[in-house]
Amino acid sequence: MAFTREEMRRLIGRHKIKDMGFELLGLVVMLLSLLVLFALFGQLAIDGAARINPDFFDSFPSRRAGSAGILSAWVGSLLVMLVTALAAVPVGVAAGVYLEEYARKGKMADLIEINVTNLAGVPSIIYGLLALGLLVYQFGLGESVLTAGLTLGMMILPIVIVSTREAIRAVPQSIREASYGLGASQWQTVRYHVLPYSSAGILTGVIIGLSRAIGETAPIITIGALTFIAFLPPPPITGTPPFVNFDWLFSPFTVMPIQMFNWISRPDADFHTNAAAAGVVLVVMTLLMNATAIWLRYRARQRIKW
Amino acid sequence: MTDVASVAAPAGGSLKRRKLPGNRRWQRSRERVIEGVLFVCALSAVAITAAIIGVLLYESSTFFERVSLWTFLTDTQWTPLFENPRYGILPLVSGTVTTSAVALLVAIPLGTITAIYLSEFARPRVREVVKPILELISGVPTVVFGYFALLFVTPMLQKLIPGLPGFNLLGPGIVIGIMIVPYISSLSEDAMRAVPMHLREASYGMGASRFQTAVRVVVPAATSGIVASYILAISRAVGETMVVAIAAGQQPNLTFDPTESAATITAFIVQVAMGDLPHGSIGYQSIFAAGLTLLLMTLVFNLLGHWARKRFREAY
Amino acid sequence: MNSSASSPKARVKDLSFFYGDFQALKDVSLNVAENEVTALIGPSGCGKSTLLRCFNRMHDLYPGSRYDGQIVLEPENIDLLSPQMDPIETRMRIGMVFQKPNPFPKSIFENVAYGLRIMGEKREAVLAEKVEKALRDAAIWDEVKDRLDNLATSLSGGQQQRVCIARTLATEPEIVLFDEPTSALDPIATANIEELIMELHKRVTILIVTHNMQQAGRVSRYTAFMYLGELVEFGETEQIFTNPLKEQTENYITGRFG
Repeated sequence: MAFTREEMRRLIGRHKIKDMGFELLGLVVMLLSLLVLFALFGQLAIDGAARINPDFFDSFPSRRAGSAGILSAWVGSLLVMLVTALAAVPVGVAAGVYLEEYARKGKMADLIEINVTNLAGVPSIIYGLLALGLLVYQFGLGESVLTAGLTLGMMILPIVIVSTREAIRAVPQSIREASYGLGASQWQTVRYHVLPYSSAGILTGVIIGLSRAIGETAPIITIGALTFIAFLPPPPITGTPPFVNFDWLFSPFTVMPIQMFNWISRPDADFHTNAAAAGVVLVVMTLLMNATAIWLRYRARQRIKW
Repeated sequence: MTDVASVAAPAGGSLKRRKLPGNRRWQRSRERVIEGVLFVCALSAVAITAAIIGVLLYESSTFFERVSLWTFLTDTQWTPLFENPRYGILPLVSGTVTTSAVALLVAIPLGTITAIYLSEFARPRVREVVKPILELISGVPTVVFGYFALLFVTPMLQKLIPGLPGFNLLGPGIVIGIMIVPYISSLSEDAMRAVPMHLREASYGMGASRFQTAVRVVVPAATSGIVASYILAISRAVGETMVVAIAAGQQPNLTFDPTESAATITAFIVQVAMGDLPHGSIGYQSIFAAGLTLLLMTLVFNLLGHWARKRFREAY
Repeated sequence: MNSSASSPKARVKDLSFFYGDFQALKDVSLNVAENEVTALIGPSGCGKSTLLRCFNRMHDLYPGSRYDGQIVLEPENIDLLSPQMDPIETRMRIGMVFQKPNPFPKSIFENVAYGLRIMGEKREAVLAEKVEKALRDAAIWDEVKDRLDNLATSLSGGQQQRVCIARTLATEPEIVLFDEPTSALDPIATANIEELIMELHKRVTILIVTHNMQQAGRVSRYTAFMYLGELVEFGETEQIFTNPLKEQTENYITGRFG
């Protein structure tokens, strides 16, 4: 081009300004998102910190904000998570194993894959509707811990399946070949070689799934979880025979996010403080779970140096 | 590992026939049973989809026996629980669309700029620190974001916009936008990083600046992936429940003005589910009809996103 | 070094190059003759591509590189490697054609016009004229003139490479660097490009890296043989191939290694 060096330098100068301008913009935008995150937690912590003391964890909800606590909520969350994990993990891992190790390319495998992808994009409230129509009424399971656990289990099933598949895919072919070479069967190879090596990845996915489930409100509300629960489900293990019972599965219950939702829906500002406190607990719980999952993923990558 | 040992041939020349045939037959049928069990588990995904469609259709079918599809789609008021019930889904749809539109107006610029910055400008260490933090945003329970929308964002907006009602679509819209920024930034950034280095070299080789290369070469090359991320973000915004249930309002209101209070499809379902509705009543069934509408909307977006992503994968 | 009939367009002076701690080029000095084709040959890893990429500061894109020495561009006597010299300016004056054809996923027209638009040219008429000239110079105008709006990636490998050459030529660079331009192409496409190069050098200085000795023999006037980061021998191509001065050169030429 017929540019003099001067003209070229000026042109490049203009481009450089645009470069720097965009870099600044990008930095600002990115920091903005982070800023919002911190503002959120900050606000929550400020609002709710006063309320967080051992009493809070030990009391039931009450009409007086000052004495209301999250006992029934966090116990409920724990129990529901137990059912969720028991529902989603075996089925999800099995499905992931099938899709990675056994399925042949074809319409069936495609169909299953499409369904898994679709389900991951279905809004959580739809799972609530599914549970309402099917589990609560059709199967008659009622508004119980079992229903909630199954609902959330269905919701996180795609997450478990996908992370199982990814974890299994990371296992090198040579491990399998070594096993087959010894005369092992397919299941033996999977059970003794593939699954152990991919367990960290699978566990990561399970934890991420559970951390999503623990914060979910919509499906639980939809199945009719009552929001004022001032009692705990009956304990699974008692002193009298038969010593272990399953009544707790069918008991009404509440969970942490619902308690927070209930409190924030009230006009009384004191309850908003409680909501903030519950929010802090929830956020800390989910952050811990996510952080554990990330750490696990990091450790798994470091340890297994093929 | 005893099973393996028992099957692997022992070294050394034992001419005795090993007890293989019986063992092997039993083992083979056991294998088939195991495969069968695994297959059934894999079918669970299909079963759940079928169950969702089944339940929604079944419960809605009774609804649509009493309300014509035409009324449902065109009536401008949604008051199924009133004395004189009206069954037009449009107000709920408009509430959903308005909140989602506000969310996207926030998320698309923020998310895309962040993605370009992280992919083309930022040092690798910055990326390593920022990406997990953005992922953490998407892990925060939505009820917490609802709290934020009601008690933080709306009061702030009320100072800027006098007369803004305590329940409105703008606050939740903005908060949902922030919630879905990680979806857009993460997927778009992946799409941009997947653009091969040799295209950038061709651009830089001609004296292009970083900004020019990013905007004229990388972004256009990653368009499919970026668009796919937008579509998935839309789908997520449309299905969001708790933020709007807490901060948007309960009264269905056919409007596209975000400064008004209105209900979304999701908020309506929550509201009804919290109340006492006899099973089988038309009020009860209306939430399934609403849910069916929501499902169809998100299904369309998910399919579009899936298609866009497939196109993106084929280019490289 | 033989004195050349034409004046040098660029002079490499004691150039060393480091990736981190690894020294990829060791004190290389040679002259690149104006309006001639100079070839860089040598076995894999000898540093020929590394040397080529010094000319347009490609290494600056990757952290950890360090230049030591000079590449002086004539007639202005500027050192391309000096920290005061903006790599962007360098790249606007020195073009590069890569090993694997890398057209942008845009139309043929937009590909060739890219460099012009980068430099701020907006007038459609001027763009159209320069794009046509570049495509003609790259000997591909007739094949694509009716489908300028088609995606460049829909062309065959050889055609894509010629579009990439057109793209580089459109901004009228002073030197064009070819980095193994035909190694990914079939023999016919290769022959086309070699013909093209032999035409092009009359108008622009060309520096070409090739692992194909016969190609160097066919197209270049001067050849540099490199080994393990060092310039072993440099001279007129004919002399290098028929009467190499160094034993290493002779071994490579006769195929004893490489």
